[in-house]
Amino acid sequence: MYELDLTILFAGVVAGAAPIVLAALGETITEKAGIINLSLDGTILLSAMAAFVVAFETDNILLGFVVAAGVGAMVAAIVAFFSIYLNQSQVAVGFVLTLMTRDMAYFLGNSYSRIQGPQVTPLPLGFLKNIPLVGPVFFNQNIPVYFSLVMILFCWWYMYRTPLGLQLRSVGEHPRASYARGINPKKLQMFYAICGGLLVGLAGATFSLSVKPGWGRPQGAEGTGWIALAIVIFGGWHPLKAAMGAYLFAFLQVMGIYCQQWVPSVPAQVFQVAPFPLMIFTLLVMSLAQKESVLSWAEDKAGMKSILAFFSGTIPTSLGKPYRPD
Amino acid sequence: MGQIEMGRFFRYLIEGMLTLLAVFFFTTIILLASGAPPFAAYYHIFKGSLGSWSKLAHVIKVWIPLTLCASGLLYTFRIGLWNIGVEGQIMLGAVFTTAVLRLGAAESMPMLFLGLSFIAGIAGGAIWAIISGYLKTKGGVHEIFAGLGLNFVGQGIILWLIFGPWRRPGVASMSGTELFSQKLWISFIPVLRFSPVGLALALTALVSTALILRYTHMGLNLKAVGNNQDAAYLLGLKPDRYMITAMIFAGGFAGLAGSVQVTGVYHRLLPAISSNYGYLALLVVMLANYNVWITPAVAFFFACLNVGSIQLPMMLKIDSSLSGVIQGSLVLATLAVFSWRTHKKRFQEQLRHV
Repeated sequence: MYELDLTILFAGVVAGAAPIVLAALGETITEKAGIINLSLDGTILLSAMAAFVVAFETDNILLGFVVAAGVGAMVAAIVAFFSIYLNQSQVAVGFVLTLMTRDMAYFLGNSYSRIQGPQVTPLPLGFLKNIPLVGPVFFNQNIPVYFSLVMILFCWWYMYRTPLGLQLRSVGEHPRASYARGINPKKLQMFYAICGGLLVGLAGATFSLSVKPGWGRPQGAEGTGWIALAIVIFGGWHPLKAAMGAYLFAFLQVMGIYCQQWVPSVPAQVFQVAPFPLMIFTLLVMSLAQKESVLSWAEDKAGMKSILAFFSGTIPTSLGKPYRPD
Repeated sequence: MGQIEMGRFFRYLIEGMLTLLAVFFFTTIILLASGAPPFAAYYHIFKGSLGSWSKLAHVIKVWIPLTLCASGLLYTFRIGLWNIGVEGQIMLGAVFTTAVLRLGAAESMPMLFLGLSFIAGIAGGAIWAIISGYLKTKGGVHEIFAGLGLNFVGQGIILWLIFGPWRRPGVASMSGTELFSQKLWISFIPVLRFSPVGLALALTALVSTALILRYTHMGLNLKAVGNNQDAAYLLGLKPDRYMITAMIFAGGFAGLAGSVQVTGVYHRLLPAISSNYGYLALLVVMLANYNVWITPAVAFFFACLNVGSIQLPMMLKIDSSLSGVIQGSLVLATLAVFSWRTHKKRFQEQLRHV
């Protein structure tokens, strides 16, 4: 009865993961530059609401995406400004904004709840969609999904293959050294926090205009921001690994629905918890992998060594500690 | 000297007024943007929270878990830990409490088992806190991520229990487990439906926290570790041990809040048992500037906002989340004013050195 059609399954995973990929990439950029934006969960909801309302009122989906990106950028700018220029804890400000933007989204979007609105139409890509297996999975989607795919490669290329990307990573690792090289860490951190915020805003719009169309309380995007934060860590602050994490999570989510058919007594929400123990486990392995004793213990165990190597991502050294001139 | 004190007092007063004014303007703009009459909204929040004795009782019912969690958070903030896992600690407290009350013998000896269930609740919250404490001290996992992860795991455990082993006979649903028999409810004042036991517990927690932090060695040591871990270590204090101790206090109080919610408010376990009070308590303590005696006042104000805004959907057809907007903008504005003050001070010091 529940025939598992693999192409449909994977196409669903790629489409459903699009907003998570965007949010995780945005947060990866932000954290690589040394700023931790904890407000993701609320930001996604607020931008989702803004996108839906704007698209509904103007009947212009593109404008919805633009406004959502603006909302995301604004929230990120507040976090970065409080931390870089006002010397406040990023975690504290981000946390307050998480709660506040979520409530603002519910409050302002109240009169647009549960109404039919515009949504993104699919746009199969001509000849590409006819490639067997890969075609229907990747090229029979809509523009936000294509955008998320392109962004994965772009982020990786920008961070690791361009001089600007080197600057981005340097302010997250050692802002003092980059200052000595003539870079203004404050400006750069502010800039990349806003860039990350733009992507997070687009993630919100992708929810309300494509993946879970419409607005309401709850919208269905709740918790995604926290998951994206977990995925950034799981991905070891690397855009490609983070994207992989997002797809893995979307896959788990879809499998959760199938699992529920096999074990009906367990609600789907229980399976959605999966990324969080994984996040804790990743962090634990990551920090253990830096300990001498653990390394020597894993020396003669081939399996252990590769596990440690997989989780060997290192946290940006100055994450959460903005640059202070003497 | 007195004059300087007065001057500082007035400056704080003016800053406080400015903060309130800024928040007032911000929320009014938000209200206007949503097309609701602002003053009617403020009036309904006021009337819905302090308008009658039963409304006030409801406010106190919210104040109790908020104050319990905030008391616990004072320990962890004092030592410099961001115990965001307080939400999950409430949940585990509630789960452990429910587990004890579900024992077959509970109804024959209600008083004994109620007492045991409170101890179990404290233990449940403390265990969840100890896990994130050890992840921090032994595993090198930041307490925010450990706590956050455990919050979601806690939510998963509750959902699994409600839909699995503890599901209601017949149909399992989001409305929670079966209601306990009346014998297992903690005593409450019938008309106002609020329990003096919970109130007494919250007050005890608050006063004991104040005394411990102010007058004991432990309180001083927590502060020492929080201010400078390396210096504290050189003094012979073990930072790890004090971090775990602070987490146990925070988790214990949060677990107790979970017990009160189960035995005194809902009389069952339900998915939203923590009602976000843990997250809200973090805001309370931040807005109180980590001061023990300001904390209950802020908690009361936040409870008023929460309870008062319940009226809004009915009266004005606007969402009750307005309270969250007011609370969040209050904390943000206070942080901004606070940093402006320190900024100015630092600037003046730099000038003096010139």
